[in-house]
Amino acid sequence: MTIRSPYKRHSWWRSQASRGLLYQALLLSLCLAGVWYLAHNTLLNMSARGIQSGWDFLNDAAGFDIGESVVSYDALDPYWKAFLVGVFNTLRVAVIGVVAATVLGTLLGVGRFSHNAIVRGFCYGYVELFRNVPVLLQLLMWYLLLTEALPSLDQAISFGSIAWLSKSGLILPVPVWEFGHATAGIGMVIGLVAASLYRREAHQHFEASGRQHSMVWLPMAIVAFGGLAGWLVGGAPSTWSIPTVDGFVMNGGASVTPEFLGVLLGLVLYTAAFIAEVVRSGLNAVAHGQSEAAASLGLNRRQAIRLVVLPQAMRVIIPPITSQYLNLTKNSSLAVAIGYPDIVSVANTTLNQTGRAVECVAIIMAVYLTMSLATSTFMNWYNRRAAIKER
Amino acid sequence: MFKHFTNLAFVASAAALFASTAHAGKTLDAVKQRGQLVCGVSTGVTGLSQADSSGNWSGLDVDVCRAVAAAVLGDASKVKWVPLTTPQRFTALQSGEIDVLSRNTTWTLSRDASLGLQFTGVTYYDGQAFMVPVKGNVKNPAQLKGASVCVQAGTTAERNLTDFSRANKLGIKPVVFEKQEAVSGAYFAGRCAAITIDASALASMRNNEAKDPKEHVILPTLISKEPLGPAVRRGDDEWAAIVKWVVYGLIEAEEYGITQANVDKVLSESGDPAVLRILGKSEDTGKWLGLDRDWMVKAVKASGNYGEMFERNLGPASSVNLPRGLNSLWSKGGLMFAPPIR
Repeated sequence: MTIRSPYKRHSWWRSQASRGLLYQALLLSLCLAGVWYLAHNTLLNMSARGIQSGWDFLNDAAGFDIGESVVSYDALDPYWKAFLVGVFNTLRVAVIGVVAATVLGTLLGVGRFSHNAIVRGFCYGYVELFRNVPVLLQLLMWYLLLTEALPSLDQAISFGSIAWLSKSGLILPVPVWEFGHATAGIGMVIGLVAASLYRREAHQHFEASGRQHSMVWLPMAIVAFGGLAGWLVGGAPSTWSIPTVDGFVMNGGASVTPEFLGVLLGLVLYTAAFIAEVVRSGLNAVAHGQSEAAASLGLNRRQAIRLVVLPQAMRVIIPPITSQYLNLTKNSSLAVAIGYPDIVSVANTTLNQTGRAVECVAIIMAVYLTMSLATSTFMNWYNRRAAIKER
Repeated sequence: MFKHFTNLAFVASAAALFASTAHAGKTLDAVKQRGQLVCGVSTGVTGLSQADSSGNWSGLDVDVCRAVAAAVLGDASKVKWVPLTTPQRFTALQSGEIDVLSRNTTWTLSRDASLGLQFTGVTYYDGQAFMVPVKGNVKNPAQLKGASVCVQAGTTAERNLTDFSRANKLGIKPVVFEKQEAVSGAYFAGRCAAITIDASALASMRNNEAKDPKEHVILPTLISKEPLGPAVRRGDDEWAAIVKWVVYGLIEAEEYGITQANVDKVLSESGDPAVLRILGKSEDTGKWLGLDRDWMVKAVKASGNYGEMFERNLGPASSVNLPRGLNSLWSKGGLMFAPPIR
């Protein structure tokens, strides 16, 4: 029989655990009450002032055009679709920007270790110049350069009469979409699967026998072969839409606006400077003894970097680089200053046409929050994969 | 990062959260107690509202606020100017940050009925036009097929452009900027084949920002009606009446030949009953509005009558150089018609 102490039975509040729960519940309800009070009061005051509120406007016709769009959009489409166009335009800058900034930043970061003094000096100068000038100024500068310095459309700089660069942007030829492109895509996916199977097989063989296999070039060749085979099966389509310029109109091809170019250039060059520093710090964090140890095991320089230095550097690099990705995404909201129709620009117009300030600002915040959380979730997953596995 | 939006959101929420003490009919009391009228103007449109290098504001919209301040406080200089971007303007008025919005704002149904504000008359009958470089040889907006057109975000202009493009199947690509300076900057840099906004604003832009004003032409086709006028918060009818009747009073003053220079002389010498009523000599017209008896005398002394305001800020003698056109008095073939003051 257990003896229950009367002391314990009567005073649950003396237990640290239950008191902790009580405090947390109190704090939570205070926060919730605060939020409720603010929201309720806002709605009450808005209706007292005759300001309409609510989300019903999202189904009304937007009535304004958007200069560039990834998805098809018409001025008669509802507001939610206009927002969608804005989200896609923001994503376009963010995704392309993150990839380009990573490539450029890595090159610059590695360049700081170059044995060539000119390369080293250039990378150093680049980083110091671009990370110390406010990003909004950089965006404005690139946009001014693109619109002031380039010739007008009728005197566009021609690249072999198939692509043009002018104040109206970059005009490029694009392949005309046909069935063969879909089969080429399927072929590449099959190639990708085959290549990863090959790599796993080759790795197991290496572990067992010590014999090395091509781990980069051969898999890439397999993917390329898959794409080529798919393209041939699909009838080898090779029609290109070559743009022609007629007055203000560009027929055929695809165009990249100077607004998009300006935003992309500004954000990529700015963020690359930070990524370069992150990469440099990551490489510096791996003790020199690690390379020497790798060499003493008989690994050549490339193997030492790929198998010993990089995996350790990545652990240092990933968390801060995640912050840089988030910064780039959020900084893309500055695009509104140079006329790029991102989510902020669309919300701006909507806000003015409908007067729903609270709702529109809430949408912008929700969009950036979602994008940032998605990015950091992915990067955290990647970070866990790269982290030291204790065995 | 969200500079404009933090402003906006802050103003909106601060007002909505804490300003529940603002009751209907209290704006006049608040202005008198403060001893200052807070007037929302643009960030710079020559002829309508613009500050010079020493911070002195001038323009038609500015003169309206001066006249209101003079009528209410007896001193045209007691105005605090709040420059607002287009997205900020309605929130600033709704939230109580400003008393009057006199900022080249088009009177439309949705703005009048759903934004918690009301318009108090028309001070300028405008229309939306296109400006193009002369060398492009465009004579008619219908020639702008597929062209990029620079336009300001959140204006009626953006929507009119879309409607015009759809109606004429032009496929115009709008390039949208938030600030008017950015819109005109992009146009003069050659980014767009045309720029579109109210004709008055185009004229002022051409004069101030073009390297050579002769290189740009404003196409005569107007694609919209843009009645511009001051707006006040909804729910304060007394205050709305004051702003409305100051505007009407300035038009009446022109009709009866009362000018900034002759107002004292007219007051003592005129025998015209209508003039004596307007100036509050024979009848106390001010008390119905909660103002002093000589409210119109002060207003005309501050800004001159409507015709003088137009000539000084927009007329052929000014740098904007616009014809009076639709903004002439009704008796001279224009649309300016004020209900009688009596």
